[in-house]
Amino acid sequence: MPKLPGLIGGLGITLKTMLKPAVTVQYPHEKETPAPRARGVIALKEENCTACMLCARQCPDWCIYIEGHKEQRPPRREGGRERSVSLLDRFDIDYSLCMYCGICVDVCPFDALFWSPEYEYSENRIGDLLHDKQKLGEWMATVPEREPLEIGAEPGKTAKK
Amino acid sequence: MVALEIGWGTTLAIKTLVVVMVIPLGALILGYTFLLKMMSHMQSRLGPMDPGGFHGWFQLVGDGIKFLQKEDIMPADADKKVFAMAPVVVVLSTFLVFAVIPMGPDLVVVNLDVGIFYALAVSSLSVIGILMAGWSSANKFALLGALRAAAQLIAYELPLLLAVIGVAIQAGTLNLQDIVLAQQNGGIFGWDVIGNPYILTQFVGFGLFMIAAQAELSQTPFDMPVAESELVSGYMVEYTGFRFLFFFIGEFGTAFAFAAIAATLFLGGWAIPGVTGDLANILGPLVLFAKLMAVAFLMFWVRFTYPRLREDQLQALAWKVLIPIGLVNILVTGILKVTL
Amino acid sequence: MSTTDTTASGASDFAIDPASMRHLAEARVNVELDTGDMVLNLGPQHPATHGTFRLVVRLDGERVISADPVIGYMHRGYEKITEFRTYPQVTTLINRIDWLSSFANEVPFVAAAEKLMDVEAPPRAQYIRTILTELSRIATFLLFLGEMGLQVGALTPAFYGFRDREHILNLIESATGGRFHPNFNRIGGLKDDLPWGWLAECRSTMQIVFDACDTFENLVLGNEIFAARCKGIGIIPPELGAAYGVSGSNLRASGVDWDLRRDGDPYLVYSELDFKVWTHSDGDSFARYWVRLQETRESARMVLQCLDAIPAGPIMTKVPLIIKVPKGEIWVETENPLGQMGYYVVSKGGTGPFRVKIRSASFSNVSILPWLLQGVYVPDVITILASLYFILGDIDR
Repeated sequence: MPKLPGLIGGLGITLKTMLKPAVTVQYPHEKETPAPRARGVIALKEENCTACMLCARQCPDWCIYIEGHKEQRPPRREGGRERSVSLLDRFDIDYSLCMYCGICVDVCPFDALFWSPEYEYSENRIGDLLHDKQKLGEWMATVPEREPLEIGAEPGKTAKK
Repeated sequence: MVALEIGWGTTLAIKTLVVVMVIPLGALILGYTFLLKMMSHMQSRLGPMDPGGFHGWFQLVGDGIKFLQKEDIMPADADKKVFAMAPVVVVLSTFLVFAVIPMGPDLVVVNLDVGIFYALAVSSLSVIGILMAGWSSANKFALLGALRAAAQLIAYELPLLLAVIGVAIQAGTLNLQDIVLAQQNGGIFGWDVIGNPYILTQFVGFGLFMIAAQAELSQTPFDMPVAESELVSGYMVEYTGFRFLFFFIGEFGTAFAFAAIAATLFLGGWAIPGVTGDLANILGPLVLFAKLMAVAFLMFWVRFTYPRLREDQLQALAWKVLIPIGLVNILVTGILKVTL
Repeated sequence: MSTTDTTASGASDFAIDPASMRHLAEARVNVELDTGDMVLNLGPQHPATHGTFRLVVRLDGERVISADPVIGYMHRGYEKITEFRTYPQVTTLINRIDWLSSFANEVPFVAAAEKLMDVEAPPRAQYIRTILTELSRIATFLLFLGEMGLQVGALTPAFYGFRDREHILNLIESATGGRFHPNFNRIGGLKDDLPWGWLAECRSTMQIVFDACDTFENLVLGNEIFAARCKGIGIIPPELGAAYGVSGSNLRASGVDWDLRRDGDPYLVYSELDFKVWTHSDGDSFARYWVRLQETRESARMVLQCLDAIPAGPIMTKVPLIIKVPKGEIWVETENPLGQMGYYVVSKGGTGPFRVKIRSASFSNVSILPWLLQGVYVPDVITILASLYFILGDIDR
């Protein structure tokens, strides 16, 4: 069969596409679920944080604001020294500056920061994009379970946070 | 049913209403169906869905209202009177075309004996409007677009005319109503169930007419004047608000008018063979509308699929390819008309 | 200044007393000033230029007499910003140089740092890096195949390009967490291993890529109007292209058989893959489209080879927590989707580089425009700009 001129073939492709269903996902009526690893928002687990300031120092945009103070706790054993504990006063992440690179989540030595695929937190005022530690704690509920890794990965490991 | 007895005043009022309303309505329907919905589905997407609730039918009406309430901005260096008159000239030519299209055996606004000649002559008035728009905009992009448009539209008038002459020879008349009746009452190969739609015998003419109409409407593959990715709307670039609305209505209204002319000349217009009298008066507009939408589907299908031709390639196509084919078409039609 | 100095050369033919011809000479000067050239400013806001790129074009009717590109509207000071950042931070930032194929930007920088530190990423990490680099190449080229149709006038292929690219972006997102800016490389390997089921999904996505390439071949490449618009337009002679620094698919479309994945210093796992380097002899815009279409298919085949051959194992070698790269300087270049990209990293032993020089592909690709655009029509300017395929972030950094 002789080859159809490209002009006719092109018309056939657009007609075929017209008859197939469209690929549009009608947000906000329908929503796609992002991948579990998607970098949507950062969640804070406050009891793990020791205010070591590593995340605030390593952030390329300096969008994390941390203030903490030390308190004394009674010694663990009789006659021992008093321990000092770091407590967190303020932990803010400014999402108008954050570039979602994930360096803060990587460098945290105490597993206090986690990624969550939640992305619907737009605000009407830029100032509201500064999430304080209470709001960051609320995002912890949306952090997904650590997923299993692909065949061939090192055995005994699951995905990092 | 008894034919209605209407005085000349009421007739004039109805005819004026028809001429004024049918073009914006036609532009709206064509724009919604083909530009918003068909183009979207060809591009694997949905188009407007929310305005009006049901698949976004209100989108264009809402757009029209939005355009009407915009500020009337004119460039500081523009020629004010010419700038204001240009969209009016473009739209006026479209309104005038629809005055001769028959929609039923008695439903024609003006039954001119030189119907098709008048329609083509009036539709070429829009070239002047485009030149006025491009020149008075005081913008180099607009000027480039207008000059390209003038050259293109004048070049493609000839293939349009030659295609129509073939039909006129076969029908023996320039009167659009008589052309429709000839198609309804004729027969092909001695078989007159479907009448004699001229597309079967004048298929070369139909092809020529469609290509030339595509160029007259400045649609891809002939949309150099409004090349969106280069000149950003060409001659229309400085127009905002209701003046842009006029151009928009003019573009789709002219598409409506050309589709109606093509349906009348080649597909038989309002006629279904065997249906006459008052039934034809009621069904006529609907039948014409259906045939017109089929022709418009072809035009817009080609528009959304092909890239655009460059200006010199476009002119070469018109002068070196289409006009010789048109002349040969007339020759063959004339010979066959006399001998058969 | 007029580039056609016909008056100057014509005067030598006259052997007449100049003083008596003075009035004629002045008339010629007036005519010379009144050349009737039109200066057209394409950009910096214009739908045909991919970003804030300005082209000042002198026209004579519809023909271009001279064209001067003006760049720098998007300069973000990358080379300066790297002087004050640590290595992980720089890896994050350089994703954004060529934002369409962002994974491919990280690879040469991380390779440079690893070479200076004398560590090598484990084989599984190299394979995953190769797969992700080729995926970003496919994503970039699918967009090109669509939007070049758009620049030439066809509206539909652009949407198909975006629609088919979504599958690749979803793959990258499920592995790295980010669609456009993966930030997945670490010095010594990768951040994390692939999630469960990723390899099978990647395999089925490659079938979608092959179908998309067939669609573009029928819809755009086979279209006679597209061929009439692009054949013979913007021919780059191979020696001139190489002299200007044009690289990547642009040079391969002129017949130069040069691909850094095969011919340069070996990097990632390209030495173990069996792939063909596509060239075309014409060097016009049609050839550039054709070469990129074939390269998309070739990249999909390379991904399938990698999926078959990927070994098991760790994805990160032992590196200290705070990365300090020893003193030294090194130049690493790779075959990025847009062309040849290179980093010259100077380290003085600190936690961040001392100086990074970024050789981006589009900067050199664009430098040929003043020569290439002489004497073409205005629509052909758009075709040539589209076929060279530059990204503003890559030109201006």
